Amino acid sequence: MLRQIEGSQAVAAIVAACRPEVISCYPITPQTHIVETLSAKVKKGELGSTQFLNVESEFAALSVLIGASATGARSYTATASQGLLFMAEALYNASGLGLPIVMTVGNRAIGAPINIWNDHSDAMAMRDAGWIQLFAEDNQEAVDLHIQAFYLAEALSCPVMVCVDGFILTHAFEAVDLPAQAAVDAFLPPYDPVQVLDPSDPVSIGAMVGPEAFAEVRYLAHHKQLEALNRIPDLAEAFQKHFARRSGGLLSPDRLEDAETVIIAMGSVLGTMREVADQMRAAGDLIGCLKIVSYRPFPAAALRTAVARAKTVIVIEKALAAGRGGILAADVKMALEGLPLRIQTVIAGLGGRPVTQASLKKMIEAAQKGELDSPHFLDLHWDVIHGELARQREKRASGPSAENILKEMGKKAKPIY
Amino acid sequence: MQQKPFAVTLDPNSSRQNHTGLWRSKRPVYVDRLPPCNAACPAGENIQAWLYEAEEGKYFEAWQKLMADNPFPAVHGRVCYHPCENACNRGELDEAVNIHAVERYLGDLAIEKQWTLEPGSKSGKKVLVVGGGPSGLSAAYHLTRLGHAVSLYEAGNKIGGMMRFGIPAYRLPRDILDAEVARIEAMGVALHLNHKVEDLQAELEKGSFDAAFLAIGAHIGKRTDIPGRDAGKILDAVQFLEKMESDAPPKLGRRVAVYGGGNTAIDAARTAKRLGADEAVIIYRRDREHMPAHDFEVAEALEEGIQIHWLRTITSGSDEKFQVEEMTLDEDGRPVGTGRFEAIAADTLILALGQYVDADFLRNVPGLLVSEDGVVQVDERMMTGRPGLFAGGDMVPSARTVTVATGHGKKAARHIDAYLRGKTYQPPKKHALASFDRLNPWYYTDADQSKQPYLDMARRRKSFDEVVGGLGEDTALLEARRCLSCGNCFECDNCYGVCPDNAVIKLGPGLRYAFNLDYCKGCGMCAEECPCGAIDMIRESV
Amino acid sequence: MMSKQVVKFYQTGTFTVGNRLLDETLRTVQSGIARTNSLNSGHRACQGCGEALGARYAVDAAMRAANNQVIAVNATGCLEVFSTPYPESAWQLPWIHSVFGNAPAVASGVAAALKAKGKTQSKVIAQGGDGGTVDIGFGCLSGMFERNDDVLYICYDNEAYMNTGVQRSGATPPAARTMTTQAVGDAPGSRFETGKNLPRIAMAHDIPYVATATVADLHDLEAKVTKAVKMRGARYIHIFVPCPLGWGSDPAHTIRVARTAVESGLFPVFEAESGKVTDVTPIRKKMPVEDYLRLQGRFKHLFGPPKKTETLAAIQQIADDNIARYGLIEAPDSE
Repeated sequence: MLRQIEGSQAVAAIVAACRPEVISCYPITPQTHIVETLSAKVKKGELGSTQFLNVESEFAALSVLIGASATGARSYTATASQGLLFMAEALYNASGLGLPIVMTVGNRAIGAPINIWNDHSDAMAMRDAGWIQLFAEDNQEAVDLHIQAFYLAEALSCPVMVCVDGFILTHAFEAVDLPAQAAVDAFLPPYDPVQVLDPSDPVSIGAMVGPEAFAEVRYLAHHKQLEALNRIPDLAEAFQKHFARRSGGLLSPDRLEDAETVIIAMGSVLGTMREVADQMRAAGDLIGCLKIVSYRPFPAAALRTAVARAKTVIVIEKALAAGRGGILAADVKMALEGLPLRIQTVIAGLGGRPVTQASLKKMIEAAQKGELDSPHFLDLHWDVIHGELARQREKRASGPSAENILKEMGKKAKPIY
Repeated sequence: MQQKPFAVTLDPNSSRQNHTGLWRSKRPVYVDRLPPCNAACPAGENIQAWLYEAEEGKYFEAWQKLMADNPFPAVHGRVCYHPCENACNRGELDEAVNIHAVERYLGDLAIEKQWTLEPGSKSGKKVLVVGGGPSGLSAAYHLTRLGHAVSLYEAGNKIGGMMRFGIPAYRLPRDILDAEVARIEAMGVALHLNHKVEDLQAELEKGSFDAAFLAIGAHIGKRTDIPGRDAGKILDAVQFLEKMESDAPPKLGRRVAVYGGGNTAIDAARTAKRLGADEAVIIYRRDREHMPAHDFEVAEALEEGIQIHWLRTITSGSDEKFQVEEMTLDEDGRPVGTGRFEAIAADTLILALGQYVDADFLRNVPGLLVSEDGVVQVDERMMTGRPGLFAGGDMVPSARTVTVATGHGKKAARHIDAYLRGKTYQPPKKHALASFDRLNPWYYTDADQSKQPYLDMARRRKSFDEVVGGLGEDTALLEARRCLSCGNCFECDNCYGVCPDNAVIKLGPGLRYAFNLDYCKGCGMCAEECPCGAIDMIRESV
Repeated sequence: MMSKQVVKFYQTGTFTVGNRLLDETLRTVQSGIARTNSLNSGHRACQGCGEALGARYAVDAAMRAANNQVIAVNATGCLEVFSTPYPESAWQLPWIHSVFGNAPAVASGVAAALKAKGKTQSKVIAQGGDGGTVDIGFGCLSGMFERNDDVLYICYDNEAYMNTGVQRSGATPPAARTMTTQAVGDAPGSRFETGKNLPRIAMAHDIPYVATATVADLHDLEAKVTKAVKMRGARYIHIFVPCPLGWGSDPAHTIRVARTAVESGLFPVFEAESGKVTDVTPIRKKMPVEDYLRLQGRFKHLFGPPKKTETLAAIQQIADDNIARYGLIEAPDSE
């Protein structure tokens, strides 16, 4: 049944339908609406004996779930940004222990400077923590990916992060088809852990492993991700059969059959991209879009097959590896190594900077002509950059850059929001 | 079975594959040490062992263990000077265990319950015991338990020797003595009273004895001349105390002086007081510190109003008084006259200067070595120069106490037994002493000594009622539980509990513990925390 | 204040681990052949490790009190490292180690899962060293306390980071030498600072139960663990466990060191319910702090030459203040 609903509400509703047994919560924008809604549902008794814990930090939030999951409980939390980084140690631990925790990340920039708006810096920073990372394009996909996330996590004994763009999706009201409880129940079996803390069959979980076996443990973590590469497409198919809707999978190709230029991206920016593609196609430009749903595991082989016929590949990503450039782009380049095509890195939308159709179109045209710098920073205010750099050259102790830039911006441009 | 992720999740208890015993440079070993009480006991009692039984209220078992070494617990609980208590390590902590009081409780309980013991299976050998004092009775008892037929010849008309004739009834009630002697007699010892052995050789042949034990004691009082005093009016303490057991108690004057500083002197003075003397004084040539009498007896005497003139020697006397010279002690503690004199009024003088042995009856026995004062020499087996003839008690070189004599009887009996069986008795090797510094006294509960009740002073001065009372069951139990079990495991579980490596195996009640050397890292905590010092750490041989 | 020593006149009363003269009900879990040995042989703790001993004492007691339905959570630290190096685990109960600073939260999660699944007969204990408890795990611990989660947290306090090679923690006492508070300079060893008294901080949360204990008094330790396990809500027991390696003490002296810490007044043993002290274990035979300090190499520098009399007096003052604050010395006739 289609409902006009806020993204966070939709996520909360579907998480509740997945019957988590332990939910931990620590507030951080922009995911708070999800846990607030779940809190109310638990309080109202809609989730039976589900335990909802208000904890003192994100580190504790995930730690609580480590304990809960190891005790055989389906476990869920949501976080973003600084919160995800504060969890970092526990993220690695949860995956290392093979605990199928599901977590929503309302993707947001990382400070300093502190910024509450959307980009993918948080998820990208934790890309090697051993979690499966799935990115939602819209709120319907966000909903659908959560059902698949629980399934996948528990099938593989591996935690799954569902990445939902902060504000852009979490706070957006869209029409979403929320599956009925019975349908979810029919698709998602109760959690049957492979190992559990049980007094009648004691085990010691979390041993210290030395050089004699550590590499093997790591390889097995890698192997689990490789196994996920096989599982995820199957799961999408099963989902489609069950819910009569295509959602998830490793990749989502859009008009790649004849595309000469392929735009690769993750998350909500794909929506804007598709509109640009529509317009450019109307003008005869063979543009295609490739959405990466599963960033970890990274579907290198599927990606290579998908874009093999393109001449130009443009990777648009909402994160920056300072001193290096694109992060997603690096993965894409590795996947496409040796193919006769041009790969262009575009860094866009950092800290909530709007990614406009006009800018995208302009950028694509430049790329097609081979006139784009690399990496290209979409809509960067170069005048501000040059001014700040000049000021820094003049005086060493010139104060914090961010403040200076804001001051300059205030003089030269109108605030964006 | 769970599906355990490789390496990260482990099976429980799998650490037992790791034998941490390999780390060890020292290993613990359980030892047994000789408790100081046992070491000090002249009767060779295993005091700790019978206290152990008593601690659990197993009085019959305790009494049996006691009786293995000493047939007179009720007597010894009263008259023994308990060197065990002087040696007791608990004395370093608060006060010694009141061992004699528990012994007395067990002895009295045995009398009350009429507990008995069976003689040993018959050996067919006959042994003569001469003398019915503690040593002779002890030997007779032990020999009977070893299966030999014993005849005991006593010269007097009553059995008990110095227990009866040397120790006043207020210290040892006669019914107690009689009961313990009767028990020995009931075991089959043939007691012959009024049978003075004049010619030992003849008696041995006449009775076809296979061996003999002599224990006639030393009951001839040493005399000294007092110028100006009629020797006939001077009593000796041994005779005086002996007469107390006859129908006609000795007649005394109003003021009685006892000359001497031993326990006999104290007994004589306290007896005199009880017989009605207005004054009973003791004259002794050295000071209290050097007095051979036991301090508690001196204290009891003083309580009862006995006066003691220390550092005095009698130089002359008349019927009413004595001239005494004041003495001083030289560097070696010997008394030296000062030339200062004083008079002490007294109409009766009792000498308590020590005793001789009457060894006349041994004159026909070849091979004996008898010293001037009648003391008979014996070897380490208590055997005289004549094979098969053993001797003990006051008539051999010794400390002349009931307990020493009783110990002689046991020791002699064991050697006689070996002799009769054509063997040599090898006493078990003694463990090293359990000294106080080996204990971890922290673990022992603070507990004051249980005190025995005393008769009220009015009755002490006038009657021969027993001065010191016994402990009741509660107090005897508590007193037994004050034992520290020095040097011997009492299964407190400390080693079992404090081992961080679970390397101590508890074998179950009475079976103690064993070390699991597969896991013992040799930290030494068990030894350190053993309350009684029953664990040693020894170097591992590499 | 009630005296702990209720059994008078027994040979060793309740001071030894067991005692054949004691009534069965008064005997310790550790004295029984059937004790669970939850932390079993073959672990790799140093010789004379107080933490290994304290952990077995505590967990075995918890096991008995909970009818063996116990799940344990462990912070990173010596106890974790020496008990579960691949491929061997010394634990005989369900056990999980996550990271250094999150044991209280993991335990909260275990408790929440049990509650969600209706398995409330199982009890959850969390354990950590002083570093994992008073420092890095403090936030999670405080959160667990204020939520009153159904967890018994046990801190094994050996007063420094031992697993990493003896560095100062918030529980390191003044003047103690550690590798980051070395015995050099004008004020050698750890500085005289306010310290972090976690039992008192725990009490400030008004949680149902807070207690301190040591490996030197097993009966007391077991009684407290047993009581705590049977309660619900957040409970905290702080157990003093000497570390021969870090403290420079003889491995054989581990219990003795703990005993002298108590008897000097430096480590007050007490229990508190809902924020109020309800019982203290009185000092049995008071001894000067020097008797405690001299057993340990980490305080060797205090004894000179020259002897640091002022520092010793300051440490004695800490003990005396404890004695006054907790009433550790009974009035002579209060038996």
